[in-house]
Amino acid sequence: MRGIQGIGLVLFLLGMLVFTALPFLSSFRLTEAMVQDQVKETHREKLAELLQPMYGQSYSSTHAFLSAYSSNFDPYNEELKAKQAWDQVIWDDYGFALAKAAGEGPARAYPWTSLALSIGLVVLGGVLFQFAGSGSAHTSLAHTGVFHSSLKNRGLLGMLTGTYLIGFYVILYWFPAYLSPLVWMVEPIAQFLSGGPASQWFLYGLVYTLAIGVMGIRMVLKYRDNKYQQLRTASVVFFQTAFAFLIPEVLVLLNKPYFDFKNIWPLDYDFFYDYQIDTFLSSGGVGLFMLIWGILLIVIGVPVFTYFYGKRWYCSWVCGCGGLAETVGDGFRHLSDKSLKAWQWERWMIHGVLALAVIMTGLTIVNYFSSFSLLGQVTNQLHSFYGFAIGSAFAGVVGTGFYPLMGNRVWCRFGCPLAAYLGLVQRFKSRFRITTNGGQCISCGNCSTHCEMGIDVRAYAQQGQNIVRSSCVGCGVCASVCPRGVLKLENGPEEGRIHEFPILIGNDSIKLRS
Amino acid sequence: MSSRHFVIIGNGISGITFARHLRKGDDQARITVISGESPYFFSRTALMYVYMGQMKWEHTQPYEPHFWKKNRIDLKQAWVKTIAFETKTLVFESGETLNYDVLVLATGSKPAFFGWPGQQLMGVQGLYSKQDLESMEAITSQPMERAVIVGGGLIGIELAEMLTYKKIPVTFFVRENRFWEQVLPESEADLVQKHIREHAIDLRLETELKEILSDAQGSVRAVVTSTGEEIPCSFVGIATGVTPNVDFLKNTALEIGKGVKINSYFESSVPDVYAIGDCAEFEKPPGLGRKNLEQVWYTGRMHGETLAYNFCNKPVTYQPGVWFNSAKFFAIEYQTYGWVSAEPMDGVQDFFWEHRDGKVSFRMSLDQEGKIVGVVNLGFRLRHEFFDRAIREKWTGEKVMQELGKGVFDPEFYAPYHLDIQAAYQRQFGGTLVPSKKSFFQKLFGASQ
Repeated sequence: MRGIQGIGLVLFLLGMLVFTALPFLSSFRLTEAMVQDQVKETHREKLAELLQPMYGQSYSSTHAFLSAYSSNFDPYNEELKAKQAWDQVIWDDYGFALAKAAGEGPARAYPWTSLALSIGLVVLGGVLFQFAGSGSAHTSLAHTGVFHSSLKNRGLLGMLTGTYLIGFYVILYWFPAYLSPLVWMVEPIAQFLSGGPASQWFLYGLVYTLAIGVMGIRMVLKYRDNKYQQLRTASVVFFQTAFAFLIPEVLVLLNKPYFDFKNIWPLDYDFFYDYQIDTFLSSGGVGLFMLIWGILLIVIGVPVFTYFYGKRWYCSWVCGCGGLAETVGDGFRHLSDKSLKAWQWERWMIHGVLALAVIMTGLTIVNYFSSFSLLGQVTNQLHSFYGFAIGSAFAGVVGTGFYPLMGNRVWCRFGCPLAAYLGLVQRFKSRFRITTNGGQCISCGNCSTHCEMGIDVRAYAQQGQNIVRSSCVGCGVCASVCPRGVLKLENGPEEGRIHEFPILIGNDSIKLRS
Repeated sequence: MSSRHFVIIGNGISGITFARHLRKGDDQARITVISGESPYFFSRTALMYVYMGQMKWEHTQPYEPHFWKKNRIDLKQAWVKTIAFETKTLVFESGETLNYDVLVLATGSKPAFFGWPGQQLMGVQGLYSKQDLESMEAITSQPMERAVIVGGGLIGIELAEMLTYKKIPVTFFVRENRFWEQVLPESEADLVQKHIREHAIDLRLETELKEILSDAQGSVRAVVTSTGEEIPCSFVGIATGVTPNVDFLKNTALEIGKGVKINSYFESSVPDVYAIGDCAEFEKPPGLGRKNLEQVWYTGRMHGETLAYNFCNKPVTYQPGVWFNSAKFFAIEYQTYGWVSAEPMDGVQDFFWEHRDGKVSFRMSLDQEGKIVGVVNLGFRLRHEFFDRAIREKWTGEKVMQELGKGVFDPEFYAPYHLDIQAAYQRQFGGTLVPSKKSFFQKLFGASQ
């Protein structure tokens, strides 16, 4: 088995190497026809003229191509900005579209082969590695060695992995043109699913879904005798694959709006943006259904499901961010900060983001219904700030890139406004709690150590107190890792759910609060 | 309320529980906790997890360092050398002194060594303290041919698990004819023994250590068994129980037996000196079926709670409730509530069920009237509150069985073993028991028994 595991690792690394190298193996040759094809009508003539010097030139790297593009295009925009002719400035970034159109190289010439040799090898290697490495260890022994691992305990491998992930997200959000060669290799899949071209987001969605799938296999093997873990893993894999990835693409194929039916405002922060509302309202019955469905999830779905099951119904059974955290991020869960200080930061930050999202959305809606007379284009600036700072930098770069540094739930714990909303319901009106089993706690600290949300579970358990915390996503690992059978995730009557004055069973001399 | 100076020697579970509860009840008291072992309270039970890379040292500490300052509990890291009871003065190894008004001895215990030849050699140790962990980490950091463990109890099996994590082959000596013989009934011991052997442990029942042999450098080279067999090894883990850590108190005014002799108010023979936890030896057992020395985590905690209560309220005697305990043997969890005898007893009838995969079992002991006196469960979890109540209220076996679904503490979607247990009980005892039905989810997700 060790041999197969080794082969798996080699294939995985080879795939990663090809994936990383492909963008460097492309050249670019721009023609006027491409500009005509890729650029909005209003900008077409101007851009075709500005980019004249590039036509017919060959650029050997994305960087060279983008530099040439900037040197021809930027001065025009800068001049308009200097003149404060804001309405004439071209705000659209055509870098990615033009780079994709102009690109030449193996990924475009042989998309299937490139896909197989990059993402295909990563998936194959990953699956082999997981199956061969699963051994015979019992679930409850599955957490040994994490602090002796370079990857999982912020060693060199952890740092390298974090750097790679952060780099990937920075490129994805702000320099997507560099990914255009990779987008070519998923073009046939996008064409098949949605009938349209692939974007960097399609590439990202595919990689994301595969990552959850492969690492979902790891979860099922790791927790092979823990049905709770297996079922919730199957659930997140399903929701990611069907709801987040396939259904939206198929909707596009059917000429309907792209829509993820399980994404809920305020995590889905642009749900109420004017262009979204316009899309819903202009797409007939299906669009209207999407709008109503989305609103129902917010006002009924979240409170009702959270009342009965706690926020786990979403965070560790449905959500895409949660899905990634619980599969790809599982090996990093113990890196979360458990200090009181971190908890204080957490409460300010996550509720701050919630407030920001609510205010931004409120302004957007008011502005929309007042036909933009109230605030004009100010909401756009707010949107771009939120999109940059929260949507991209926090949720993406920090949220995932920091897995190997701060654990797998940084975004969910400190930033996700939906988690904040779910958490408020969970804390104040829910049947969910983690029950402590009488006086059986030995304060060993396994529960706190392996809590991805940084909850000091032991602090409650050792005084016989149920754990009722807004941040708990109900992953169930505390109950799994407990060596004395002390913790159980339960939905039960609200009465007695929170022990203000817990009593540890077993001492008849006195009845006192711990 | 007082501004007396309480000095606690030992920062384990009993000493710290005492200090915490005293502070809750008495805002004025001056509290000092002394430990030479570690600056902060840590959970001794987690030593093995640090060794196995499942936790880091700081994770073993249930309270962050700022906790002590906030609660005005002074911590002092030092070893006490002698105590002058007449002047109420502690003398530290450094020569420093400290006065107390009330002294609480919570010095815990230490691994018991039985005078084997060679027991002082490098590579021979117990597993009790932070220093034991550090020494074991150092010795086993190099690959070795084999390690030997002596003693078939809880620390022995922990050591086996730890060494297995390091892929060190283990030979495990158990003096008795089965594992944890004083506590586990035969069927349970069998189940655990099979599980131990599944981990490629060379388990030797009815085998004792006779001698430990040295190499030229004064390290362990091999051990010799009671049958004369020589087993080469480089590490010997001594897990033959613990004994109260009271050597420095011997030959003083304090009455010492195995531990510090105390009455049911934790008072020693010297005024204003108390003892709690592992180092305390009751003059009379604190309850029916209880022992004079109760050296488990839970009782240490209860001693601390009760003594602190007594300083803040009208003193009460120590009265432990229904016995309970828990442990883990590699992957198999063990819990017990109430009283289950390791050997068959007159007037006690046992109901025993074992799952066909040999990893899960349940035993319920019933008295002559068919009332529950205790349970032992392996491989699945039972609810403390449920069994505490059932035993206290003397439920009939049938009633316990009828309600068993409420007494199960396994995670959601786990196999509903209680259905199987109920059916087995009905086959054995008959009666009017109506076994529970599978729930909708249990059917849907095919939870198997």
